[in-house]
Amino acid sequence: MGVAKYIKNEKDEVQDVILQSGIHIKPVYTRKDLEKVGFDPEKDLAHPGEYPFTRGIHPQGYRSREWTTRQYTGFGTPEETNERFKLMISHGQTGLNVAFDLPTQMGLDSDDPLAEGEVGRVGMAVDSLRDFEVAFREIPLDRIGVGLTINAVASIMLAMFQATAEKFGFKKDRVSATPQNDILKEMIGRGAWVFPVKPAVRLIGDTIEYSMKELPRTNPVSICGYHIRESGCSPPQEIAYAFQIANTYIEEVLRRGHSIDDFVRGFTFNLNVFGNLWEQVAKFRAARKLWAKNLKERYGAKDNRSFLLRGIFGGGGYGMTKAQPENNIIRGAYYALAAALGGAQTTALCSFDEAYTIPTPRAALLSLRTFQILMEEIGLRDTVDPLAGSYFIETLTKQMEEKIVEEMKRVDEMGGMIKAVETGYVQREVARQAYEFEKGVQKGELIKVGVNKYTEGEKMEVELHDYRVGSAEEQIRRTQEVRRERDNRKVTQLLKDLEAAARAEKNVMPYLLECCKAYATVGEMTKVFKEAYGEFKEPSIF
Amino acid sequence: MERKIRILVAKPGLDGHDRGAKVVAQALRDAGMEVIYTGLHQTVDQIIQTALQEDVDVIGLSIMSGAHLPICEKLMKKIKEKGFEDTAVVVGGVIPTRDIPLLQKMGIEGIFPGGTPFDKSIKWIKENIKPR
Repeated sequence: MGVAKYIKNEKDEVQDVILQSGIHIKPVYTRKDLEKVGFDPEKDLAHPGEYPFTRGIHPQGYRSREWTTRQYTGFGTPEETNERFKLMISHGQTGLNVAFDLPTQMGLDSDDPLAEGEVGRVGMAVDSLRDFEVAFREIPLDRIGVGLTINAVASIMLAMFQATAEKFGFKKDRVSATPQNDILKEMIGRGAWVFPVKPAVRLIGDTIEYSMKELPRTNPVSICGYHIRESGCSPPQEIAYAFQIANTYIEEVLRRGHSIDDFVRGFTFNLNVFGNLWEQVAKFRAARKLWAKNLKERYGAKDNRSFLLRGIFGGGGYGMTKAQPENNIIRGAYYALAAALGGAQTTALCSFDEAYTIPTPRAALLSLRTFQILMEEIGLRDTVDPLAGSYFIETLTKQMEEKIVEEMKRVDEMGGMIKAVETGYVQREVARQAYEFEKGVQKGELIKVGVNKYTEGEKMEVELHDYRVGSAEEQIRRTQEVRRERDNRKVTQLLKDLEAAARAEKNVMPYLLECCKAYATVGEMTKVFKEAYGEFKEPSIF
Repeated sequence: MERKIRILVAKPGLDGHDRGAKVVAQALRDAGMEVIYTGLHQTVDQIIQTALQEDVDVIGLSIMSGAHLPICEKLMKKIKEKGFEDTAVVVGGVIPTRDIPLLQKMGIEGIFPGGTPFDKSIKWIKENIKPR
């Protein structure tokens, strides 16, 4: 609860350490501790690449496959974003992670009055297929997987991605997209929701069902404990809530008569890396094991591929500080170390200037270099799960597992995640803890270097990314041109078909694909859904 | 008995990052103020309407999206049009130092960028706002 606590005596010696998870850390660990938590190396560990996958999902770890690096990138117009994509790839980045501006995330076109002032600001603006054609120009989509950080309208953006790939001549079974597509966490933490809970979850079911057949290399959901933790929850809650959200999506697809082993291997996770290093590593190891167990015991999965917790472990935004921003470069390196020791398949880091604004190219490249140094210089590729067998880490992993199970149970008792979100239970829990955390930092209980200790020193000015005035107008001009040039009769008809499909609760993906191909806009398709589904109402939590 | 300071904590625009707004709302309440929280995705007009309905002394905006200048400009203009300039406006969130003078010029005096301690913003409000 609140912050991690270091209890000291009058001589400034540490008497007790209590992690944010509530777990007490001892000064010394021995074999006895392992016995006490009932550690069984056969059952709890096995080999890397074997059930329950505590040690990792690949037998050879990073030896057989380095992690994928995917800095969150996008701003202004699709032209500007395309340029930055190419810059990052030319410096060795191996995947993309697209940042969309807020109007796009909310399903509004750039010329919508509600979009005013926000076009191209925190990501790139996407209104129609024309924009994706520009953004992905000359990107080898058969080699570079693309994360799409979008949720409420992820179904639309996935269709847009497929339409783009096909237009460029890439086969749909060769391209790999990872739309974030996790609406429940938006309702808890990030706030980019549009439709009510139930139809929103149904849309996610549609994307999963569709990808299973049509886009076999696509990971249709990336469930984000990440943002829930950014919003204030503890590490075990991060995992517990993410798993319960995943279970909600699983049940939505099972309800349609599919078998678990046919689709769940497309699930990925997005998890956070800031905080106590050991706690993070134990969290990732415990999470891998519990995910495998969840699939086996709760859903009876049999296929080995169904058990694998794959994901992006990265970011660390809430750990970064505005004060003494260069310290964030060092923090980022340690957070990336936690991700590597935790066995991340994919990673990304918040850049050191992100407490100010979106990153400059210099800051984004520093994050990329951080990963490259870890993998290629420092030895993180040498051997798989290097902390395995440590008295401390194995004890902590078992304790973390217990904490996660407890939290999952709490959600089960509430009747599942949809209920927990609709009633505002999780939101309240998270907001309360965020307040406790902030009080802990302000009282100096948790040391943040440069914030509440070692605050002396020169004030550093950060070079800021400049929002280019004029980019919004360019974007609006392009969209209006698209609306003039396309076959509007066809678009109207396709939007009608989409609405009929939405109302009949058919899988909307094939209809969206046709709309995208005909240059219907994100705003137009979203409007159809709003009419069919209505809009989400936030539960009051105070 | 003296009336408590009534403050509307508002999230204007499309940004959904509300950790800061919710944390500040709790801190202001613990400091003895009456806090009303708008929830997300509020237009400037909706914020003004709620402020009028709730008869607040202060509107506190929380903005993380970089759109603070256009949003604040619009809000200040509407407040003038409606003639209730005696309602103070304060703003918090991701506010770069270079923008502070621009916000001050619009008539916003209480500016609390991310990382401002609770004590500092609470003290400022208590010293500068008289409950009606």
